[in-house]
Amino acid sequence: MRSWPERVLPTPPGRGWRNRPWRDYALFTVLVAPNLILLGLFVYRPLIDNVRLSFTDWNISATTLSWVGFDNYTEWFGRDDSWQIVGNTVVFTLAAVLGSMILGLALALLLDRKLLGRNVVRSAIFAPYVISGAAIGVGFQFIFDPGFGLIPDLLQRMGIHSPDFAQDPHWALFMITVTYIWKNLGYSFVIYLAALQGVRADLMEAAEIDGASRWTTFTRVLLPQLRPTTYFLSITVLLNSLQVFDLINVMTRGGPIGTGTTTMIYQVYRESWVNQRAGYGAAVATIMFLVLLIVTLIQVRVMDRGDEK
Amino acid sequence: MACVLIIIGVPLYYILTRSFMAHAEVYSQPVSYWPKQWLASNYHDATTTLPFWQFLRNSIIVTSIVSAVKFVLGVLSAYGLVFLRFPGKNIVFLVIIAALMVPNQITIISNYALIAQLGWRNTFQGIIIPLCGVAFGTFLMRNHFLSLPSEVIEAARMDGAGWWRLLTRVVLPMSGPTMVAFAVVTLVNEWNEYLWPFLMADDARVATLPVGLTLLQNTENPSVTNWGPVMAGVILTMLPILVVFLVLQRQMIKGLTSGAVKG
Repeated sequence: MRSWPERVLPTPPGRGWRNRPWRDYALFTVLVAPNLILLGLFVYRPLIDNVRLSFTDWNISATTLSWVGFDNYTEWFGRDDSWQIVGNTVVFTLAAVLGSMILGLALALLLDRKLLGRNVVRSAIFAPYVISGAAIGVGFQFIFDPGFGLIPDLLQRMGIHSPDFAQDPHWALFMITVTYIWKNLGYSFVIYLAALQGVRADLMEAAEIDGASRWTTFTRVLLPQLRPTTYFLSITVLLNSLQVFDLINVMTRGGPIGTGTTTMIYQVYRESWVNQRAGYGAAVATIMFLVLLIVTLIQVRVMDRGDEK
Repeated sequence: MACVLIIIGVPLYYILTRSFMAHAEVYSQPVSYWPKQWLASNYHDATTTLPFWQFLRNSIIVTSIVSAVKFVLGVLSAYGLVFLRFPGKNIVFLVIIAALMVPNQITIISNYALIAQLGWRNTFQGIIIPLCGVAFGTFLMRNHFLSLPSEVIEAARMDGAGWWRLLTRVVLPMSGPTMVAFAVVTLVNEWNEYLWPFLMADDARVATLPVGLTLLQNTENPSVTNWGPVMAGVILTMLPILVVFLVLQRQMIKGLTSGAVKG
């Protein structure tokens, strides 16, 4: 962890009780404690409590629960659908992260120049990001509707037979991925655009004068300078896409055919609330958290190493 | 560029036109791209088959309370973390921002159990209180406070300003744009919050707009969804936040980027 500058001023000596540090302590507690308590109560407490619940057979509406040891975990590792769900999660997350970051960077490069009407286009790209995922999910469910939807209609006009997006598991996952990227593209775009403004123009010019091709300039000069931004985005977009619940719940409810678009996080909800097995759901959540922790630690490692260079 | 505008604009346009179409036209083949007749009846249906205005009111209540609490707690804890002495201050800060890394899906089961035990399901406090902890805003405001010129703060301290005077007369007046950015980002996020209100509210009395929209979709027969009113509901759900965004987009973008890009 980097050290940060110290802003606290030395207390002038001999100014009476008012400047004694205990007063600072009390004040600090008053200012910071409410926030800390809320986070402790609703983020850290459940994180630990979740582990306890994962060793039980609790169901969400019951008042009693009994201890089942590692049963939930052995069940998870033995169930066929678990691996399909892990596969869904990996495919969706990779496609969502890569898709929105690559497109975001491409659009940011395109719109970094002075072009007529670029402000309108910038707002347009960013606008879907602020709209509720539930609204976009419902809207896009209709846009992909095989009978009356926009995309099947356009495909048909081009003479392509369109698949039934919601009914075929592979296409359903594809549909949700496309919707996610459409909605969240603006975020990567805006972050890259801001980063591009901080890129040193003289370096780019120097590379061009030295006769570097556009592609070389891009890969050797621009991308390395954008590296911190790319790391930041990879973590935030990864966390965001792993959390997608609204799109899945509204568009497919995890289906079709059982678990066609169920991701791990959706399984937590489905097992706990639909199948009434919160103990099992808690086990999935715990596994999910461990995976997430490992991924984040690796990313932070890589990021620190990148900074040192 | 035109291509980008089409990809973003056409789906929205498609939803918008459908929301004004008569039932038969929505289902006509081939798909029409311009309504023969602009009808407002879908909007009437969307707002009457369900207590739409109640959802809107609930959304406003939940969003404004959560955002206000988050804003105050975020500013105050950032102030404490930057300007006060406290042993283990950096650890406290780490504990606060590490919460950003915990997806709320991992905490919902236990939080739900706690709220249900308190008998707070289908109440505003049950929806609001668990959402009030603030990690991102604390991070944002703290970084901003660290960037304030130390000469000004030292001068104020030397003149004998206490913590309250320092906060209200020196620090906050220099923090306008960052605070607006923080407020806008929070407002948009809370307005769109879906999972927690969805689990907490089975009941139209406290359901927020995104949750209400799902109810509208479900009341229509699932095999032959009546898409006209549903699309009207989608438009009505999108509209308030799009207006807020168009007015405040600069601040919103600043809030997101200042947490991301080192200036």
